[in-house]
Amino acid sequence: MTQLTINEVKRHAGLARLAMTDAEAEMFAGQLDDIIGFANVLQEVDTDQIAPMTHPLPLYNVLRKDIPTDALDREEMLESVKEHEAGQIKVPTII
Amino acid sequence: MTLFEKTATELQSLLHNREISVKELTEESLARIEKMDGKVQAFLSTNGEQALAKAEELDKQPLEGRGPLFGLPIGLKDNIVTKGIVTTAASKMLEDFVPVYDATVVDKINEAGLVTIGKLNMDEFGMGSTTERSAFQTTHNPWNLDYVPGGSSGGSAAAVAAGEVAFALGSDTGGSVRQPAAFCGVVGMKPTYGRVSRSGLVAFASSMDQIGPITRNVEDNALLLSAIAGLDPKDSSTSPQAVPDFRAALTGDIKGLKIGVPAEYLGEGISPEARNAVMEALKVLESLGAEWEEVSLPHSKYASPVYYAISSSEASSNLARFDGIRYGYRAEGVKNLEELYSRSRSEGFGDEVKKRILFGMYTLGAAHHEDLYVKSQKVRTLIAQDFATLFEKYDVIIGPSSATTAYKIGGKIHDPLALYANDVLTVPINLAGIPAISVPCGFSDGLPLGLQIIGKHYDEATLYKVAHAYEQATDFHTQTPVIWEGK
Amino acid sequence: MNFETVVGLEVHVELKTDSKIMSPAHAHFGAEPNMNIHVIDLAYPGVLPVMNERAVDFGMKAAMALNCEIAPVTNFDRKHYFYPDNPKAYQISQDDRPIGANGWVEIEVEGKKKKIRIERVHLEEDAGKLTHTDEGHSLVDLNRQGTPLIEIVTEADVRSPEEAYAFLEKLKAIIQYTGVSDVRMEEGSLRCDANISIRPFGQEQFGTKTELKNLNSFNFVRRGIAYEVERQEKVLLSGGKIDQETRRYDEATGKTLLMRVKGPANDYRFIPEPDLTDIHIDEAWIERVRAEIPELPDARKERYINELDLPVYDAMVLTLTKDMSDFFEATVAAGADAKLASNWLMGEVSGYLNAESKELDATALTPEGLASMIKLIADGTISSKIAKKVFKELIENGGDAAVIVKEKGLVQISDEGTLRTIVTETLDANEQSIEDYKNGKERAVGFLVGQIMKATKGQANPPLVNKILLEEIAKR
Ligand SMILES: [Mg+2]
Ligand SMILES: [Zn+2]
Repeated sequence: MTQLTINEVKRHAGLARLAMTDAEAEMFAGQLDDIIGFANVLQEVDTDQIAPMTHPLPLYNVLRKDIPTDALDREEMLESVKEHEAGQIKVPTII
Repeated sequence: MTLFEKTATELQSLLHNREISVKELTEESLARIEKMDGKVQAFLSTNGEQALAKAEELDKQPLEGRGPLFGLPIGLKDNIVTKGIVTTAASKMLEDFVPVYDATVVDKINEAGLVTIGKLNMDEFGMGSTTERSAFQTTHNPWNLDYVPGGSSGGSAAAVAAGEVAFALGSDTGGSVRQPAAFCGVVGMKPTYGRVSRSGLVAFASSMDQIGPITRNVEDNALLLSAIAGLDPKDSSTSPQAVPDFRAALTGDIKGLKIGVPAEYLGEGISPEARNAVMEALKVLESLGAEWEEVSLPHSKYASPVYYAISSSEASSNLARFDGIRYGYRAEGVKNLEELYSRSRSEGFGDEVKKRILFGMYTLGAAHHEDLYVKSQKVRTLIAQDFATLFEKYDVIIGPSSATTAYKIGGKIHDPLALYANDVLTVPINLAGIPAISVPCGFSDGLPLGLQIIGKHYDEATLYKVAHAYEQATDFHTQTPVIWEGK
Repeated sequence: MNFETVVGLEVHVELKTDSKIMSPAHAHFGAEPNMNIHVIDLAYPGVLPVMNERAVDFGMKAAMALNCEIAPVTNFDRKHYFYPDNPKAYQISQDDRPIGANGWVEIEVEGKKKKIRIERVHLEEDAGKLTHTDEGHSLVDLNRQGTPLIEIVTEADVRSPEEAYAFLEKLKAIIQYTGVSDVRMEEGSLRCDANISIRPFGQEQFGTKTELKNLNSFNFVRRGIAYEVERQEKVLLSGGKIDQETRRYDEATGKTLLMRVKGPANDYRFIPEPDLTDIHIDEAWIERVRAEIPELPDARKERYINELDLPVYDAMVLTLTKDMSDFFEATVAAGADAKLASNWLMGEVSGYLNAESKELDATALTPEGLASMIKLIADGTISSKIAKKVFKELIENGGDAAVIVKEKGLVQISDEGTLRTIVTETLDANEQSIEDYKNGKERAVGFLVGQIMKATKGQANPPLVNKILLEEIAKR
C-alpha cells in the first residue's frame, strides 16, 4: 500500500531539483514507503530526556587563524566549468 | 618471485637489499592488474605512466629515512580526490571530473612514499553494499566471480583480494570498508571518526564518513593507518589525539582481554555459518587468554532506521552541490536555470542516489523534521551510550562483520530490507563514531567470512593487537582465491 | 481609520576579516571576478569549511556592542537553497543558537529616546555575486562567496520611517566604532531588508507583512517604508487585503514593486553543520573581546556634553562616525578649544569633505594641524578670515598653521599705531564717505572697512579696525 503519493514524491524531487516522470515517482514512492514504514519503529523509543547527537565526538572550538593562503587559480577553476565568459561562470537565464 | 604475496615488511627488506626496485614493484602491480582486472573489474582507472615516473623518482631516494611503506603500490577508492586524476565517485555526475587538489590522505600516502596505481570502483557516492550501484561497472568477488565483492568499497577489497595491490583505501559510512573486507577475505579497518582526515573525501554522510585501510594482513593495515591518521587543519573533526605507532601494538599478548559479545549480533538474521565462525574465533581468543561474555546492545535494532534517516539527510545536503554549474555533469540544451538544475541532477545521479536524496528531503522536511530527523539523532545518542556502557567493562566487542557471505551478483540488489538487516552489525559503529576492524575468520562454500572487532574511541591499537593475535593463531589470511592460480 | 506602522529590520553587515569565514581566500572588496577564491568557496567535492577565529570574535564584539547576551554554546547550521551564487546549495549560518540575542539600540527621534530591541545577531557566510546580462544569461563571480557576515534582526519595534532611519544611523555608528566592518552601504558591506506591516491603532495583533528589499541607502529605507505604508493603507481602506510578498524598492520612481509572492513558509531544512564543531564561549573569552570594544557613540556623546560642555547637537554630530569623533578628540588633546574644534569640524571640514567627496583620512589635515590653527585664532594671531586661507592650506597640503602664517605673511595686524596710520590715510582719501556717514549713511563704514582690509590684504584685526575707524571719524 502506497502511503506516499506520487505528488508528494514529486514535491520532494522538485525541492531536490530532480526531474522526475510519473513512473519514476511511483517507483520511488514504493521504495520510500518501505523505508518510512521501517523507520516508524523509532517512535516506540522514549527519547524525552535524550539530547540529539549531532557530532560523534565531543570536540569544540576548532578554529583557524585569520590568515589568507592558497588562492585557487581562476584559469584552473574555469577548466571544469562547461560555459564561462570573461572569467565568470555562465548560467542560463533564471526564468 | 611473486611480489604481490609479500607483506610490506618483507617488501621493504627486498627494497633495502636492492633485490627489487620500486619501479619493478610498480610494474608488477600494473601487470597483475592487466592480468586480473578483466575478470575482477576493481579499477575504474589506472595511472601507469605517472606511477612509473614516480617509482623512478623514489628509486633515486637514499635508503636511509625510508618509511615502512616506501615504494609500495596502493589503490584508492574513487571517492578520494586526486589532483589531476579523474575522480568519479562511480557517478556519471563526475564522469570527467578532474580535481584541482589532493585529499589529505593522498598527501599523506605521498609523504610515506606509496605509489598510487589507480582508482577503485565503488557504489555510486558510497551508497550501496554490493558495488553493483557503480555507474560504470560491476566488480566481481575474486573468490567467486559470480558473487559481489560487497560495498561500497568493493573495488578496494577486491583489488587487494586479487593481489592487484597490497594496499587500498576505502571509506566506511555504514560498513563500507568492513563488509567488503569480510566478503573478500581481507583486513579492513574503520578508524575512530576523526582519526583520519575527511578533507578530499567526496562526502556522503559527513557525521559518519571515515576513510579506512584495506590490506591482506593486520600488520600492513596497522602500518597504513599509522601513515594516514592524524590531526588535519583542513578537517575540524579530526582529533588532536596523538597517533600511536600501531605496529607497536602487535605484541600477540591478549591475556586477560575482556570481550563482550552482543546477543543481537548472533541472533535473528545472522546465518549459521557467520555465527559458527564467530564462536570458533572466540574459542581461539580464549585459548590465547582472553575472556568473553554475552552482552546486549539494546538499541541496535533501531540502528538501521537511524542510520538511513541521518545518512540520507546529510547526503541530500552534501549532494545538493552537484548542480551542473561549476563542475561535473551538465545537461545539454536547457532552456533555463531550473531545467539546468533538474536535468543535470536527474541525468547525472543513479536511482539509489536519488532514492537517498528523496528520503533525506522527506526526513528534513518541516513535516517530519522532529519525528524523524531529530528523533533519529536522539536515538543515536542512545546507541552510542549502549557502547559506552559496555566499554566500561569490556576491552572490545566482537561479532560477525556481516550476516552472511557475499551475495550472488544481481541477487540482493532489489531487496533493500534484506540488505538493511545486515546493517545492524555495522552501522551502530558509525553512529557511535568508534573504530572496528574486520579480519578473515573462515569460509563457507568457498566464500570468506569476517570477524568484527569493535573498540573504544581512539583505541585502534587494541583492535590491531587482538586482530593480529587472532590472525597469527589462524591461517585464513594465508589462503588465496582460485584466480590467484593465474600467478 | 488610523493605522500604526510596524517595521522589523534585518541588517546584514560584512565583517572586515583578512580571510573568508570558512576558507582562507582573501576577503576584500573590489578584486577582479573570481580572483579571491579557494577550493572551499567553489564547493568542490571533498572540501570542508574551517571556521575563522577572528570572524567569531568580530561577531561577538558586534553582538556585545548591541547589548546582546552572548550564547555560552553556539553552533553553525546548513540552510539549504539552490541558487547559482550559492555553490554548496546551502549557506552556513546559525539557526537556533545564534551567537548573540536579546540586545537593544537606543535611538532618538524628535527629541524622544526609544529602545529598538535586537532579537538576534548571528554569523553566516555571504553568497557570490550574479550579474544578469542582456543576452539572457547570468554570470557568477564567487569573490564574495564566504565573506563573513553578521545578520542583525530587530524585533518589530520600529514605528516610523524616521525611526528606521535613526536606527540604521545608530547601528552603523556602533558597528563602525567596534571596527568589525566598514559598514559602507555603497560597497554592500551593510545591507538592509525591512518587514513592514500596518495595524489599526490599539490592535495588538500584527498585520500581514511584506518584505522590502533592494534598499541601497538609508534614505531609500526611509522612503521605501513610507511608500509601502501608504500603499498598504490604500489597499486596506479600499477593502483589499495585504498579501505576504517580497517587494523591491525602485529607486527611479520611489515606489515598491512586487518581486515574488511568498509561498508556504520557506523550508530551508536546517541541519547542524557536521563539518564544524560547536563553539563554547566562556567568561574569559567574553572579557577578552569586551576589552577590545572602544567607548561607543552614546558614551562619547554624554562625555562631550558633560565634560567638554558641548551643545547636544554638536556632541551628536561629532559622534556619528568614529573617524570624526577620534579626530575631534585628538584635536582637543593637541590643545584646541573644544567648541572651536567642534565648529570647524562640523563647518569647514565637513563642508570640504562633502564638496570633495572625501573621507577625513584621505586629506592632509591632521588633528595637530587643526589644533595649531585654532590656537592662533584663539590668541588673536589670525582672524577667522585668514584662518580660512590657512585651513585650505592645511587640508590640502598639511603642515602647521604657525609656519603657514609666517611663510605667507598672514599674521593679523593688531598693532594700534600701525592700524591708526592706515585708517587715517584711508579717511584722508575718502572725504565723501565721511560726509555720507555723518549724513546718516551707515553703509559708508562698511565701505571704509573694506578699503582698510584691501590695504592690509585682509590682515587687519577687524574689531580693532572698527574701533579705531569710529574714533578717527569722530575726531573729524
Ligand atoms: Mg534572514
Ligand atoms: Zn542572512
